Amino acid sequence: MDQVFAPPGETWQRVSHRLVDLRRDLLVGWAIALTAIAAALGWWLLGSWAAAAATALGAVTVGWGLWLINRNWRAWGYAEREDDLLVTRGVLFRELTVVPYGRMQFVDVKSGPLERRFSLATVQLHTASPATDARIPGLPPAEAARLRDRLAALGEARAAGL
Amino acid sequence: MTDEAGRRSAADSTPAHFRRLHPLTPVLRGWAWLATAVAFGGQEVLIAGEPSRFLAILPAIALIGFLAGLANWWFTRYGVDGDALRIDSGIFERRSRRVRLDRLQAVDVVRPLAGRLLGVSELRLEVAGGSSTEAPLAYLSADDALALRAELLARAAGIDAATPEAPERVLHEVPPGRLLGSTVLSGMFAMGVALLIALGGTLAFFGVEIAAGVLSSALPGVVTIGYALWNQFVRNFGFVLAESPDGFRIRKGLLDTKAQTVPPGRIQGVALRQTILWRLTGWVRVDVDVAGYGVSSGMDGGGSSTLLPVATYADAVDVLRRALTGADPAGVPLDPAPRRAAWLRPVGWRRLAFGANDHVIMVREGVFFRTLTVVPHAKTQSVRLTQGPVQRRLALATVHVDTTPGPVDATIRHRPEGQARQLVEDQALRSRLARKADVPEQWMSPGPTNDAAIG
Repeated sequence: MDQVFAPPGETWQRVSHRLVDLRRDLLVGWAIALTAIAAALGWWLLGSWAAAAATALGAVTVGWGLWLINRNWRAWGYAEREDDLLVTRGVLFRELTVVPYGRMQFVDVKSGPLERRFSLATVQLHTASPATDARIPGLPPAEAARLRDRLAALGEARAAGL
Repeated sequence: MTDEAGRRSAADSTPAHFRRLHPLTPVLRGWAWLATAVAFGGQEVLIAGEPSRFLAILPAIALIGFLAGLANWWFTRYGVDGDALRIDSGIFERRSRRVRLDRLQAVDVVRPLAGRLLGVSELRLEVAGGSSTEAPLAYLSADDALALRAELLARAAGIDAATPEAPERVLHEVPPGRLLGSTVLSGMFAMGVALLIALGGTLAFFGVEIAAGVLSSALPGVVTIGYALWNQFVRNFGFVLAESPDGFRIRKGLLDTKAQTVPPGRIQGVALRQTILWRLTGWVRVDVDVAGYGVSSGMDGGGSSTLLPVATYADAVDVLRRALTGADPAGVPLDPAPRRAAWLRPVGWRRLAFGANDHVIMVREGVFFRTLTVVPHAKTQSVRLTQGPVQRRLALATVHVDTTPGPVDATIRHRPEGQARQLVEDQALRSRLARKADVPEQWMSPGPTNDAAIG
């Protein structure tokens, strides 16, 4: 972590490592399905070497993807300060969002079927500006609920008009 | 926010003092309905080439439309209910909409040409968060609309509802000549002229036969451009900007007229814009972000978000100073972007600059389309710091100051990364301090209502 996206305190609060598991399973699942189709087609149209090439390509993609997923996971972080919430994300395109609690219009907690399997939830803070991008994925449900309640309470305490 | 918007009121019936819209409403709305029917049916007739059946159905369509409009009119009633305006409507599915008046962002009185002939107006209440105008009252008699506007504004301001409309002081009038000039000096006009010259050239060099073919294919373009230019001119014709204790008042329009009222503290951001052609005359346009007007009225300068369609720089700055406290470009020194920003923006990196004081942040940008954006700290929704891979190599970063949807966006591009991070921290602090000192929502009420917990 360099200076520009440094955490306000000691460290960023990290999102759950199960997010990596979820994304890894998704990646591997899709890669196997697509590689199988590509290999079968290659075998049928061009011969066995094409199938081998497709499989190799699939394997390389998975390896690269796993590295990216891990790297991306490390880039996520959030911090609750006295008056605002900080969220950081991204490796190649990095972003740091600061949302004052008083600006919060509502909080969403979302958990899709896949996220639920891995016991994860996404918390998203909305302000009156659609550009505000304060989304924190990969939170354990208990932490998501705590964050939601805390944000709602702080938002109410510090609320301002538009 | 629309409080309890769209909640059905099966239990609480409409209070007796509620009023109906103007009796001509079904006629005016039925007219639109009929026009749609004619447009669709007419197309069918043109394709089939057999008008008899359509002509027989037309009166029936008109009658159904009129009856539906009549029923709708009968069941729609509005009135002030506590601290909100309530509109009950619907025949089968009753709908009761409450608009909290302390959350009112703007009030517009719109008079379409037909409405002007019949002496009726439409009253539009703008609240934040709505996808479009949340509470249109169409149609009211012209006098009722003005009286209701005065009452709603007085209630929204937190003073006695019977207070008559506040006096105003005209700040700026756009003379028709200048409006015409601004239309002529637009990219759209240049495009139209270029198209016409191209057509003339084809006619001169290739003869009538080929030119006729080209003309028929270019005609829709010419018509579209002509219509857009005409629209721009007509909508902003007779533009008057006035200031009153109720905030800014805007009146404009040649055929359809529109009178907007934007109360104090509702302006979320201001942008001064100048195209390259306008640099010849030194004109600028002033756009504002008002929550509720949304993004629908953007770049063409004809929509609701225009504070001044065309003005001299001095006049624009005068209006800017009145719109936002502390927003004086002369009093805020601008800090330009570093030289290495030229790698990312070879043209115009010198124009990238920003400055801030205790009240506002100002961002300058653009060469061909010059922009000066001013966002008050009190209206900052969130602050973002972004950095792409190339910026990373150059140790640059971009800071976004997010505001409500609208034509104004404050993006401070390509700053040295240390400064950018510092700016994010500073901006968060400044916006927190400024919010405490901001105009209260009920702008004339004595008590500090701003700290109240309002969700």
